[in-house]
Amino acid sequence: MSTLATLDASRLAMHRKRKRVNGVALALALAAMAFGVFWLIWILIETVRLGIGGMVLATFTEMTPPPQAETGGLANAIFGSALMVGLATAIGTPIGILAGIYLAEYGQKTWLGATTRFINDILLSAPSIVVGLFIYAAVVARFKSFSGWAGVLALALIVIPVVIRTTENMLSLIPHALREAAYALGTPKWKVIVMITLKAARAGVVTGVLLALARIAGETAPLLFTALSNQFWTSNLSEPMASLPVTIFKFAMSPYENWQKLAWAGVFLITLGVLALNILARVLFRNRQ
Amino acid sequence: MDAKVNLPAGEKIKLSVHDLNFYYGGFHALKRINLDIPERKVTAFIGPSGCGKSTLLRTFNRMFELYPEQRAEGQILLDGENILERHLDVSLIRAKIGMVFQKPTPFPMSIYDNIAFGVRLFETLPRVEMDERVEWALKKAALWNEVKDKLGQSGSGLSGGQQQRLCIARGIAIKPEVLLLDEPCSALDPISTGKIEELITELKHDYTVAIVTHNMQQAARVSDYTAYMYLGDLIEFGPTSELFMKPKKKDTEDYITGRFG
Repeated sequence: MSTLATLDASRLAMHRKRKRVNGVALALALAAMAFGVFWLIWILIETVRLGIGGMVLATFTEMTPPPQAETGGLANAIFGSALMVGLATAIGTPIGILAGIYLAEYGQKTWLGATTRFINDILLSAPSIVVGLFIYAAVVARFKSFSGWAGVLALALIVIPVVIRTTENMLSLIPHALREAAYALGTPKWKVIVMITLKAARAGVVTGVLLALARIAGETAPLLFTALSNQFWTSNLSEPMASLPVTIFKFAMSPYENWQKLAWAGVFLITLGVLALNILARVLFRNRQ
Repeated sequence: MDAKVNLPAGEKIKLSVHDLNFYYGGFHALKRINLDIPERKVTAFIGPSGCGKSTLLRTFNRMFELYPEQRAEGQILLDGENILERHLDVSLIRAKIGMVFQKPTPFPMSIYDNIAFGVRLFETLPRVEMDERVEWALKKAALWNEVKDKLGQSGSGLSGGQQQRLCIARGIAIKPEVLLLDEPCSALDPISTGKIEELITELKHDYTVAIVTHNMQQAARVSDYTAYMYLGDLIEFGPTSELFMKPKKKDTEDYITGRFG
Protein backbone atom coordinates (compact mmCIF):
# COMPACT_ATOMS: atom_id res chain seq x y z
CA MET A 1 0.00 0.00 0.00
CA SER A 2 2.84 2.32 0.83
CA THR A 3 4.11 2.12 -2.75
CA LEU A 4 0.72 3.20 -4.02
CA ALA A 5 0.76 6.15 -1.63
CA THR A 6 4.24 7.23 -2.75
CA LEU A 7 3.19 6.88 -6.39
CA ASP A 8 0.21 9.11 -5.68
CA ALA A 9 2.38 11.67 -3.93
CA SER A 10 4.87 11.61 -6.80
CA ARG A 11 2.10 12.09 -9.35
CA LEU A 12 0.73 15.03 -7.40
CA ALA A 13 4.15 16.62 -7.07
CA MET A 14 4.86 16.24 -10.78
CA HIS A 15 1.44 17.61 -11.60
CA ARG A 16 2.07 20.72 -9.46
CA LYS A 17 5.43 21.22 -11.10
CA ARG A 18 3.93 20.98 -14.58
CA LYS A 19 1.27 23.48 -13.59
CA ARG A 20 3.92 25.92 -12.34
CA VAL A 21 6.01 25.58 -15.49
CA ASN A 22 2.90 25.98 -17.59
CA GLY A 23 1.96 29.15 -15.71
CA VAL A 24 5.40 30.68 -16.21
CA ALA A 25 5.49 29.80 -19.92
CA LEU A 26 2.00 31.17 -20.47
CA ALA A 27 2.87 34.41 -18.64
CA LEU A 28 6.01 34.87 -20.78
CA ALA A 29 4.09 34.24 -23.98
CA LEU A 30 1.36 36.67 -22.99
CA ALA A 31 3.91 39.32 -22.04
CA ALA A 32 5.65 38.94 -25.40
CA MET A 33 2.34 39.24 -27.21
CA ALA A 34 1.34 42.29 -25.18
CA PHE A 35 4.68 43.93 -25.93
CA GLY A 36 4.28 43.40 -29.66
CA VAL A 37 0.65 44.41 -29.80
CA PHE A 38 1.32 47.51 -27.68
CA TRP A 39 3.68 49.04 -30.25
CA LEU A 40 1.54 47.93 -33.13
CA ILE A 41 -1.55 49.58 -31.71
CA TRP A 42 0.43 52.70 -30.86
CA ILE A 43 1.61 52.91 -34.47
CA LEU A 44 -1.94 52.51 -35.71
CA ILE A 45 -3.29 55.13 -33.31
CA GLU A 46 -0.61 57.63 -34.30
CA THR A 47 -1.22 56.92 -37.97
CA VAL A 48 -4.92 57.53 -37.61
CA ARG A 49 -4.50 60.57 -35.32
CA LEU A 50 -2.06 62.35 -37.60
CA GLY A 51 -3.28 61.04 -40.92
CA ILE A 52 -7.03 61.31 -40.63
CA GLY A 53 -6.83 65.10 -40.95
CA GLY A 54 -5.42 64.63 -44.43
CA MET A 55 -8.47 62.76 -45.65
CA VAL A 56 -9.90 65.72 -47.52
CA LEU A 57 -10.78 65.97 -51.17
CA ALA A 58 -7.72 68.09 -51.99
CA THR A 59 -5.41 65.20 -51.00
CA PHE A 60 -6.84 63.13 -53.81
CA THR A 61 -7.21 65.86 -56.44
CA GLU A 62 -4.18 68.16 -56.07
CA MET A 63 -0.53 67.63 -56.88
CA THR A 64 2.27 67.47 -54.34
CA PRO A 65 2.87 71.11 -53.35
CA PRO A 66 6.03 73.12 -52.93
CA PRO A 67 7.15 73.77 -49.36
CA GLN A 68 4.91 76.02 -47.26
CA ALA A 69 2.18 76.21 -49.87
CA GLU A 70 -1.39 76.73 -48.77
CA THR A 71 -2.91 73.88 -50.75
CA GLY A 72 -1.73 70.62 -52.26
CA GLY A 73 -2.43 66.94 -52.24
CA LEU A 74 -1.01 63.57 -53.14
CA ALA A 75 -2.90 62.87 -56.37
CA ASN A 76 0.23 62.34 -58.51
CA ALA A 77 1.83 60.14 -55.85
CA ILE A 78 -1.30 58.05 -55.38
CA PHE A 79 -1.65 57.59 -59.13
CA GLY A 80 2.04 56.82 -59.57
CA SER A 81 1.97 54.24 -56.81
CA ALA A 82 -1.16 52.59 -58.13
CA LEU A 83 0.21 52.48 -61.67
CA MET A 84 3.64 51.13 -60.76
CA VAL A 85 2.37 48.66 -58.17
CA GLY A 86 -0.34 47.47 -60.55
CA LEU A 87 2.04 47.00 -63.47
CA ALA A 88 4.68 45.34 -61.30
CA THR A 89 2.08 42.86 -60.05
CA ALA A 90 0.81 42.29 -63.58
CA ILE A 91 4.35 41.50 -64.75
CA GLY A 92 5.50 39.59 -61.69
CA THR A 93 2.44 37.41 -61.12
CA PRO A 94 2.46 35.31 -64.32
CA ILE A 95 6.23 34.85 -64.14
CA GLY A 96 6.02 33.90 -60.49
CA ILE A 97 3.14 31.48 -60.97
CA LEU A 98 4.76 29.79 -63.97
CA ALA A 99 8.08 29.43 -62.17
CA GLY A 100 6.25 28.14 -59.09
CA ILE A 101 4.50 25.55 -61.26
CA TYR A 102 7.84 24.47 -62.68
CA LEU A 103 9.32 24.03 -59.19
CA ALA A 104 6.35 22.14 -57.77
CA GLU A 105 5.30 20.01 -60.74
CA TYR A 106 8.30 19.52 -62.99
CA GLY A 107 11.55 20.36 -61.27
CA GLN A 108 10.92 18.92 -57.85
CA LYS A 109 13.92 16.65 -57.69
CA THR A 110 15.99 18.02 -60.53
CA TRP A 111 19.25 19.88 -60.28
CA LEU A 112 17.75 22.89 -62.05
CA GLY A 113 14.78 22.94 -59.67
CA ALA A 114 16.93 22.79 -56.56
CA THR A 115 19.18 25.58 -57.85
CA THR A 116 16.25 27.77 -58.82
CA ARG A 117 14.66 27.22 -55.42
CA PHE A 118 17.91 28.18 -53.67
CA ILE A 119 18.37 31.34 -55.73
CA ASN A 120 14.74 32.26 -55.24
CA ASP A 121 15.13 31.94 -51.48
CA ILE A 122 18.06 34.35 -51.63
CA LEU A 123 16.02 36.78 -53.73
CA LEU A 124 13.14 36.44 -51.31
CA SER A 125 15.22 37.61 -48.40
CA ALA A 126 17.36 40.11 -50.33
CA PRO A 127 17.04 43.64 -48.95
CA SER A 128 14.87 45.65 -51.32
CA ILE A 129 17.51 48.37 -51.56
CA VAL A 130 19.74 45.84 -53.30
CA VAL A 131 17.05 45.31 -55.91
CA GLY A 132 16.73 49.08 -56.30
CA LEU A 133 20.46 49.48 -56.81
CA PHE A 134 20.55 46.63 -59.28
CA ILE A 135 17.85 48.25 -61.41
CA TYR A 136 19.65 51.55 -61.06
CA ALA A 137 22.82 50.03 -62.47
CA ALA A 138 21.09 47.90 -65.10
CA VAL A 139 18.41 50.30 -66.34
CA VAL A 140 18.66 53.83 -64.97
CA ALA A 141 22.41 54.25 -65.50
CA ARG A 142 22.23 52.66 -68.94
CA PHE A 143 19.39 54.82 -70.25
CA LYS A 144 20.58 57.79 -68.27
CA SER A 145 17.16 58.57 -66.86
CA PHE A 146 15.05 57.77 -63.86
CA SER A 147 11.74 56.37 -65.05
CA GLY A 148 8.48 54.79 -64.04
CA TRP A 149 9.47 51.66 -65.95
CA ALA A 150 12.59 51.27 -63.82
CA GLY A 151 10.36 51.51 -60.74
CA VAL A 152 7.97 48.93 -62.17
CA LEU A 153 10.86 46.54 -62.88
CA ALA A 154 12.30 46.93 -59.39
CA LEU A 155 8.92 46.25 -57.79
CA ALA A 156 8.28 43.30 -60.11
CA LEU A 157 11.60 41.80 -59.01
CA ILE A 158 10.28 41.87 -55.45
CA VAL A 159 6.93 40.35 -56.43
CA ILE A 160 8.38 37.42 -58.37
CA PRO A 161 10.13 35.52 -55.57
CA VAL A 162 7.17 35.95 -53.22
CA VAL A 163 4.75 34.58 -55.81
CA ILE A 164 7.12 31.74 -56.77
CA ARG A 165 7.41 30.71 -53.15
CA THR A 166 3.70 30.78 -52.35
CA THR A 167 2.73 29.10 -55.62
CA GLU A 168 5.20 26.29 -55.05
CA ASN A 169 4.15 25.86 -51.42
CA MET A 170 0.46 25.86 -52.23
CA LEU A 171 0.87 23.36 -55.06
CA SER A 172 2.98 21.11 -52.85
CA LEU A 173 0.18 21.08 -50.29
CA ILE A 174 -2.19 19.49 -52.79
CA PRO A 175 -2.38 15.81 -51.85
CA HIS A 176 -0.69 13.46 -54.25
CA ALA A 177 -3.81 11.33 -54.35
CA LEU A 178 -5.65 14.13 -56.17
CA ARG A 179 -3.01 14.26 -58.89
CA GLU A 180 -3.01 10.47 -59.22
CA ALA A 181 -6.80 10.47 -59.48
CA ALA A 182 -6.60 12.92 -62.36
CA TYR A 183 -3.86 10.95 -64.10
CA ALA A 184 -5.88 7.76 -63.58
CA LEU A 185 -8.53 9.15 -65.93
CA GLY A 186 -5.92 9.59 -68.64
CA THR A 187 -5.53 13.33 -68.14
CA PRO A 188 -2.41 14.84 -69.73
CA LYS A 189 -0.01 16.50 -67.33
CA TRP A 190 -0.61 20.10 -68.37
CA LYS A 191 -4.33 19.61 -67.90
CA VAL A 192 -3.84 18.07 -64.47
CA ILE A 193 -1.87 21.15 -63.47
CA VAL A 194 -4.20 23.78 -64.96
CA MET A 195 -7.55 22.20 -64.15
CA ILE A 196 -6.87 20.23 -60.99
CA THR A 197 -3.86 21.22 -58.91
CA LEU A 198 -3.70 24.92 -59.72
CA LYS A 199 -7.45 25.14 -59.30
CA ALA A 200 -7.30 23.40 -55.95
CA ALA A 201 -4.53 25.76 -54.85
CA ARG A 202 -5.96 28.96 -56.30
CA ALA A 203 -7.04 30.56 -53.01
CA GLY A 204 -3.52 30.15 -51.66
CA VAL A 205 -1.91 31.43 -54.85
CA VAL A 206 -4.17 34.50 -54.95
CA THR A 207 -3.36 35.12 -51.30
CA GLY A 208 0.33 35.06 -52.16
CA VAL A 209 -0.18 37.59 -54.94
CA LEU A 210 -2.17 39.89 -52.63
CA LEU A 211 0.51 39.71 -49.95
CA ALA A 212 3.18 40.50 -52.52
CA LEU A 213 1.07 43.45 -53.65
CA ALA A 214 0.75 44.64 -50.08
CA ARG A 215 4.48 44.36 -49.64
CA ILE A 216 5.47 46.43 -52.67
CA ALA A 217 2.81 49.04 -51.95
CA GLY A 218 4.95 50.21 -49.05
CA GLU A 219 8.42 49.71 -50.54
CA THR A 220 10.51 52.87 -50.68
CA ALA A 221 14.04 51.71 -51.28
CA PRO A 222 13.54 50.14 -54.72
CA LEU A 223 11.84 53.29 -55.99
CA LEU A 224 14.34 55.79 -54.61
CA PHE A 225 16.89 55.34 -57.38
CA THR A 226 14.57 54.05 -60.07
CA ALA A 227 11.33 55.98 -60.39
CA LEU A 228 12.70 58.75 -58.21
CA SER A 229 9.81 61.18 -57.79
CA ASN A 230 7.93 63.83 -59.67
CA GLN A 231 6.21 66.94 -58.47
CA PHE A 232 3.67 66.75 -61.25
CA TRP A 233 1.13 64.37 -62.62
CA THR A 234 2.49 62.03 -65.23
CA SER A 235 1.28 58.82 -66.76
CA ASN A 236 4.36 58.58 -68.96
CA LEU A 237 6.36 55.69 -67.59
CA SER A 238 9.52 56.93 -69.33
CA GLU A 239 9.64 59.91 -66.98
CA PRO A 240 10.41 59.97 -63.29
CA MET A 241 7.23 59.17 -61.41
CA ALA A 242 5.93 60.10 -57.98
CA SER A 243 4.91 57.39 -55.53
CA LEU A 244 3.46 57.40 -52.04
CA PRO A 245 6.40 55.83 -50.20
CA VAL A 246 9.02 58.09 -51.77
CA THR A 247 6.83 61.13 -51.23
CA ILE A 248 6.38 60.18 -47.60
CA PHE A 249 10.11 59.71 -47.26
CA LYS A 250 10.79 63.14 -48.75
CA PHE A 251 7.99 64.99 -46.97
CA ALA A 252 8.34 63.43 -43.55
CA MET A 253 12.04 64.35 -43.33
CA SER A 254 11.33 67.97 -44.25
CA PRO A 255 10.92 70.85 -41.81
CA TYR A 256 7.77 72.12 -43.58
CA GLU A 257 4.51 71.60 -41.79
CA ASN A 258 2.34 71.18 -44.88
CA TRP A 259 4.69 68.47 -46.19
CA GLN A 260 4.68 66.66 -42.87
CA LYS A 261 0.89 66.68 -42.82
CA LEU A 262 0.73 65.19 -46.30
CA ALA A 263 3.31 62.57 -45.32
CA TRP A 264 1.01 61.43 -42.54
CA ALA A 265 -1.93 61.37 -44.91
CA GLY A 266 0.15 59.15 -47.23
CA VAL A 267 1.10 56.86 -44.34
CA PHE A 268 -2.55 56.57 -43.43
CA LEU A 269 -3.51 55.72 -47.00
CA ILE A 270 -0.83 53.05 -47.38
CA THR A 271 -1.69 51.49 -44.03
CA LEU A 272 -5.34 51.40 -44.98
CA GLY A 273 -4.54 49.84 -48.35
CA VAL A 274 -2.24 47.19 -46.90
CA LEU A 275 -4.79 46.42 -44.20
CA ALA A 276 -7.51 46.00 -46.81
CA LEU A 277 -5.31 43.68 -48.90
CA ASN A 278 -4.44 41.58 -45.87
CA ILE A 279 -8.07 41.27 -44.87
CA LEU A 280 -8.98 40.30 -48.43
CA ALA A 281 -6.20 37.69 -48.45
CA ARG A 282 -7.42 36.23 -45.16
CA VAL A 283 -11.02 36.09 -46.28
CA LEU A 284 -10.01 34.33 -49.50
CA PHE A 285 -7.84 31.86 -47.66
CA ARG A 286 -10.54 31.12 -45.09
CA ASN A 287 -13.12 30.46 -47.79
CA ARG A 288 -10.89 27.70 -49.06
CA GLN A 289 -11.05 25.78 -45.79
CA MET B 1 7.11 -19.04 -56.48
CA ASP B 2 4.73 -19.97 -59.22
CA ALA B 3 1.06 -19.82 -58.44
CA LYS B 4 -0.13 -19.78 -62.00
CA VAL B 5 -3.60 -21.23 -62.09
CA ASN B 6 -5.64 -21.86 -65.14
CA LEU B 7 -9.01 -20.24 -64.95
CA PRO B 8 -12.01 -22.55 -65.19
CA ALA B 9 -13.27 -23.13 -68.69
CA GLY B 10 -15.77 -20.50 -69.79
CA GLU B 11 -13.89 -17.62 -68.20
CA LYS B 12 -12.50 -15.13 -70.67
CA ILE B 13 -9.18 -13.62 -69.70
CA LYS B 14 -9.21 -9.82 -69.57
CA LEU B 15 -5.84 -9.04 -68.03
CA SER B 16 -2.98 -11.45 -68.18
CA VAL B 17 0.17 -10.88 -66.15
CA HIS B 18 3.35 -12.64 -67.31
CA ASP B 19 6.57 -12.77 -65.32
CA LEU B 20 6.02 -9.33 -63.85
CA ASN B 21 8.82 -7.93 -61.74
CA PHE B 22 8.58 -4.55 -60.09
CA TYR B 23 11.22 -2.39 -58.46
CA TYR B 24 11.14 0.65 -56.20
CA GLY B 25 14.66 1.83 -56.95
CA GLY B 26 16.72 -1.14 -55.74
CA PHE B 27 13.87 -2.80 -53.85
CA HIS B 28 12.37 -5.80 -55.57
CA ALA B 29 8.67 -5.39 -54.72
CA LEU B 30 6.97 -7.85 -57.05
CA LYS B 31 8.62 -11.14 -57.89
CA ARG B 32 7.74 -12.90 -61.13
CA ILE B 33 4.00 -12.52 -60.86
CA ASN B 34 1.91 -14.68 -63.20
CA LEU B 35 -1.83 -14.23 -63.09
CA ASP B 36 -4.92 -14.18 -65.27
CA ILE B 37 -7.77 -11.85 -64.37
CA PRO B 38 -11.13 -12.98 -65.77
CA GLU B 39 -13.46 -10.68 -67.61
CA ARG B 40 -16.57 -9.33 -65.86
CA LYS B 41 -15.60 -10.83 -62.55
CA VAL B 42 -14.36 -9.33 -59.32
CA THR B 43 -10.83 -10.30 -58.45
CA ALA B 44 -9.64 -9.44 -54.96
CA PHE B 45 -6.05 -9.03 -53.81
CA ILE B 46 -5.38 -9.70 -50.14
CA GLY B 47 -2.30 -9.98 -48.00
CA PRO B 48 -0.53 -8.20 -45.16
CA SER B 49 0.70 -4.61 -45.52
CA GLY B 50 3.67 -4.30 -47.81
CA CYS B 51 2.95 -7.53 -49.67
CA GLY B 52 2.74 -5.71 -53.01
CA LYS B 53 -0.98 -5.90 -53.71
CA SER B 54 -1.38 -2.15 -54.26
CA THR B 55 1.86 -2.10 -56.21
CA LEU B 56 0.51 -4.79 -58.50
CA LEU B 57 -2.74 -2.87 -59.02
CA ARG B 58 -0.79 0.27 -59.89
CA THR B 59 1.06 -1.53 -62.66
CA PHE B 60 -2.24 -2.29 -64.43
CA ASN B 61 -2.69 1.37 -65.43
CA ARG B 62 1.00 2.29 -65.37
CA MET B 63 0.37 4.65 -62.46
CA PHE B 64 3.89 3.91 -61.22
CA GLU B 65 5.29 5.85 -64.18
CA LEU B 66 4.63 9.09 -62.31
CA TYR B 67 7.61 8.20 -60.16
CA PRO B 68 10.87 7.91 -62.05
CA GLU B 69 12.51 5.54 -59.57
CA GLN B 70 9.81 2.89 -60.05
CA ARG B 71 9.92 0.39 -62.89
CA ALA B 72 8.17 -2.73 -64.06
CA GLU B 73 9.49 -5.60 -66.18
CA GLY B 74 7.45 -8.29 -67.82
CA GLN B 75 4.14 -8.29 -69.58
CA ILE B 76 0.62 -7.23 -68.72
CA LEU B 77 -1.71 -8.15 -71.54
CA LEU B 78 -5.01 -6.34 -71.88
CA ASP B 79 -7.00 -8.38 -74.42
CA GLY B 80 -3.68 -9.69 -75.65
CA GLU B 81 -1.91 -6.37 -75.99
CA ASN B 82 1.04 -5.63 -73.70
CA ILE B 83 0.20 -2.37 -71.93
CA LEU B 84 3.70 -2.06 -70.54
CA GLU B 85 4.99 -1.36 -74.05
CA ARG B 86 6.52 2.09 -73.94
CA HIS B 87 5.08 3.23 -77.23
CA LEU B 88 1.49 2.73 -76.11
CA ASP B 89 -0.03 6.00 -75.01
CA VAL B 90 -0.65 5.86 -71.30
CA SER B 91 -3.73 8.10 -71.54
CA LEU B 92 -5.46 5.63 -73.81
CA ILE B 93 -4.64 2.75 -71.47
CA ARG B 94 -6.03 4.71 -68.53
CA ALA B 95 -9.18 5.46 -70.49
CA LYS B 96 -9.71 1.70 -70.70
CA ILE B 97 -8.54 0.90 -67.18
CA GLY B 98 -10.02 3.21 -64.56
CA MET B 99 -8.92 3.49 -60.95
CA VAL B 100 -10.47 4.49 -57.64
CA PHE B 101 -8.22 5.26 -54.70
CA GLN B 102 -8.19 4.69 -50.98
CA LYS B 103 -9.19 8.22 -50.06
CA PRO B 104 -11.97 9.95 -51.96
CA THR B 105 -10.47 12.52 -54.33
CA PRO B 106 -13.19 14.83 -55.64
CA PHE B 107 -11.78 17.40 -58.05
CA PRO B 108 -12.10 21.07 -57.07
CA MET B 109 -15.18 21.62 -59.24
CA SER B 110 -18.91 20.93 -59.26
CA ILE B 111 -20.37 17.45 -58.97
CA TYR B 112 -21.43 17.65 -62.62
CA ASP B 113 -17.98 18.73 -63.79
CA ASN B 114 -16.32 16.04 -61.69
CA ILE B 115 -18.03 13.51 -63.93
CA ALA B 116 -17.84 15.50 -67.16
CA PHE B 117 -14.13 16.27 -66.74
CA GLY B 118 -12.97 12.79 -67.70
CA VAL B 119 -15.54 12.44 -70.49
CA ARG B 120 -14.38 15.69 -72.09
CA LEU B 121 -10.85 14.29 -72.31
CA PHE B 122 -11.88 11.74 -74.91
CA GLU B 123 -15.23 12.79 -76.32
CA THR B 124 -16.88 15.97 -77.54
CA LEU B 125 -20.51 15.56 -76.59
CA PRO B 126 -23.37 17.97 -77.11
CA ARG B 127 -24.79 19.32 -73.89
CA VAL B 128 -27.80 17.00 -73.85
CA GLU B 129 -25.71 13.88 -74.30
CA MET B 130 -23.27 15.04 -71.65
CA ASP B 131 -26.19 15.54 -69.26
CA GLU B 132 -27.34 12.02 -70.04
CA ARG B 133 -23.86 10.61 -69.52
CA VAL B 134 -23.48 12.33 -66.16
CA GLU B 135 -26.87 11.04 -65.05
CA TRP B 136 -26.06 7.55 -66.30
CA ALA B 137 -22.74 7.44 -64.44
CA LEU B 138 -24.22 8.80 -61.23
CA LYS B 139 -27.04 6.26 -61.42
CA LYS B 140 -24.54 3.45 -62.01
CA ALA B 141 -22.67 4.57 -58.92
CA ALA B 142 -25.94 4.70 -56.92
CA LEU B 143 -25.46 8.37 -56.20
CA TRP B 144 -27.97 10.03 -58.54
CA ASN B 145 -30.84 10.29 -56.07
CA GLU B 146 -28.66 11.94 -53.47
CA VAL B 147 -27.12 14.58 -55.73
CA LYS B 148 -29.55 15.17 -58.61
CA ASP B 149 -30.72 18.48 -57.10
CA LYS B 150 -27.25 19.83 -56.43
CA LEU B 151 -25.18 18.94 -59.47
CA GLY B 152 -23.81 22.47 -59.54
CA GLN B 153 -22.44 22.29 -56.01
CA SER B 154 -18.87 21.48 -55.13
CA GLY B 155 -17.96 17.81 -54.98
CA SER B 156 -16.03 18.32 -51.76
CA GLY B 157 -19.26 19.19 -49.93
CA LEU B 158 -20.41 15.55 -50.08
CA SER B 159 -19.87 13.02 -47.31
CA GLY B 160 -16.91 10.65 -47.53
CA GLY B 161 -19.02 7.77 -48.80
CA GLN B 162 -20.75 9.97 -51.36
CA GLN B 163 -17.39 11.35 -52.50
CA GLN B 164 -16.10 7.82 -53.02
CA ARG B 165 -19.16 6.94 -55.10
CA LEU B 166 -18.61 10.17 -57.02
CA CYS B 167 -15.09 8.96 -57.79
CA ILE B 168 -16.47 5.62 -58.96
CA ALA B 169 -19.02 7.44 -61.14
CA ARG B 170 -16.22 9.57 -62.54
CA GLY B 171 -14.28 6.44 -63.40
CA ILE B 172 -17.28 4.75 -65.00
CA ALA B 173 -18.30 7.82 -67.00
CA ILE B 174 -15.46 7.43 -69.47
CA LYS B 175 -16.64 3.85 -70.09
CA PRO B 176 -13.56 1.86 -69.16
CA GLU B 177 -13.39 -1.90 -69.47
CA VAL B 178 -11.52 -2.54 -66.26
CA LEU B 179 -11.95 -0.84 -62.87
CA LEU B 180 -9.13 -0.94 -60.35
CA LEU B 181 -10.18 -0.30 -56.76
CA ASP B 182 -7.35 0.34 -54.31
CA GLU B 183 -8.83 -0.19 -50.84
CA PRO B 184 -11.87 1.88 -51.78
CA CYS B 185 -13.60 1.44 -48.41
CA SER B 186 -10.78 1.81 -45.93
CA ALA B 187 -11.63 5.45 -45.22
CA LEU B 188 -15.39 4.86 -45.02
CA ASP B 189 -17.91 4.00 -42.33
CA PRO B 190 -19.71 0.60 -42.39
CA ILE B 191 -22.88 1.92 -44.08
CA SER B 192 -20.97 3.60 -46.89
CA THR B 193 -18.83 0.48 -47.17
CA GLY B 194 -21.97 -1.61 -47.58
CA LYS B 195 -23.17 0.65 -50.39
CA ILE B 196 -19.85 0.46 -52.20
CA GLU B 197 -19.80 -3.33 -51.87
CA GLU B 198 -23.29 -3.58 -53.34
CA LEU B 199 -22.11 -1.34 -56.11
CA ILE B 200 -19.10 -3.53 -56.85
CA THR B 201 -21.33 -6.56 -57.20
CA GLU B 202 -23.51 -4.55 -59.56
CA LEU B 203 -20.55 -3.27 -61.58
CA LYS B 204 -19.17 -6.67 -62.50
CA HIS B 205 -22.01 -7.17 -64.96
CA ASP B 206 -20.33 -4.61 -67.19
CA TYR B 207 -16.76 -4.32 -65.99
CA THR B 208 -13.80 -6.37 -64.97
CA VAL B 209 -13.08 -5.33 -61.40
CA ALA B 210 -9.82 -5.73 -59.49
CA ILE B 211 -9.95 -4.74 -55.85
CA VAL B 212 -7.22 -4.48 -53.23
CA THR B 213 -8.52 -4.85 -49.72
CA HIS B 214 -7.23 -5.22 -46.20
CA ASN B 215 -10.49 -6.68 -45.16
CA MET B 216 -10.75 -10.42 -45.75
CA GLN B 217 -14.49 -10.49 -45.11
CA GLN B 218 -14.85 -7.88 -47.82
CA ALA B 219 -12.83 -9.98 -50.24
CA ALA B 220 -15.00 -12.99 -49.38
CA ARG B 221 -18.20 -10.97 -49.82
CA VAL B 222 -17.56 -9.22 -53.10
CA SER B 223 -15.06 -11.21 -55.10
CA ASP B 224 -15.25 -14.18 -57.43
CA TYR B 225 -11.52 -14.78 -57.43
CA THR B 226 -8.96 -14.01 -54.77
CA ALA B 227 -5.21 -13.69 -54.89
CA TYR B 228 -3.19 -13.95 -51.70
CA MET B 229 0.14 -12.16 -51.80
CA TYR B 230 3.03 -12.08 -49.38
CA LEU B 231 6.32 -10.18 -49.57
CA GLY B 232 6.04 -9.59 -53.30
CA ASP B 233 5.08 -13.14 -54.18
CA LEU B 234 1.73 -14.31 -55.41
CA ILE B 235 1.20 -17.21 -53.03
CA GLU B 236 -2.17 -18.49 -54.08
CA PHE B 237 -4.83 -17.58 -56.56
CA GLY B 238 -8.18 -19.18 -57.21
CA PRO B 239 -11.93 -18.92 -56.94
CA THR B 240 -12.75 -17.04 -53.73
CA SER B 241 -14.81 -19.84 -52.19
CA GLU B 242 -12.01 -22.36 -52.70
CA LEU B 243 -9.29 -20.07 -51.44
CA PHE B 244 -11.21 -19.31 -48.27
CA MET B 245 -12.73 -22.75 -47.64
CA LYS B 246 -9.88 -25.02 -48.60
CA PRO B 247 -6.70 -23.12 -49.28
CA LYS B 248 -3.97 -25.14 -50.91
CA LYS B 249 -1.10 -23.44 -49.20
CA LYS B 250 -0.38 -23.40 -45.50
CA ASP B 251 0.61 -19.68 -45.68
CA THR B 252 -2.76 -18.76 -47.12
CA GLU B 253 -4.59 -20.74 -44.46
CA ASP B 254 -2.58 -19.10 -41.68
CA TYR B 255 -3.38 -15.67 -43.04
CA ILE B 256 -7.10 -16.10 -43.62
CA THR B 257 -7.64 -17.80 -40.29
CA GLY B 258 -5.89 -14.90 -38.58
CA ARG B 259 -2.94 -16.85 -37.25
CA PHE B 260 -0.70 -14.54 -39.14
CA GLY B 261 -0.71 -11.05 -40.59
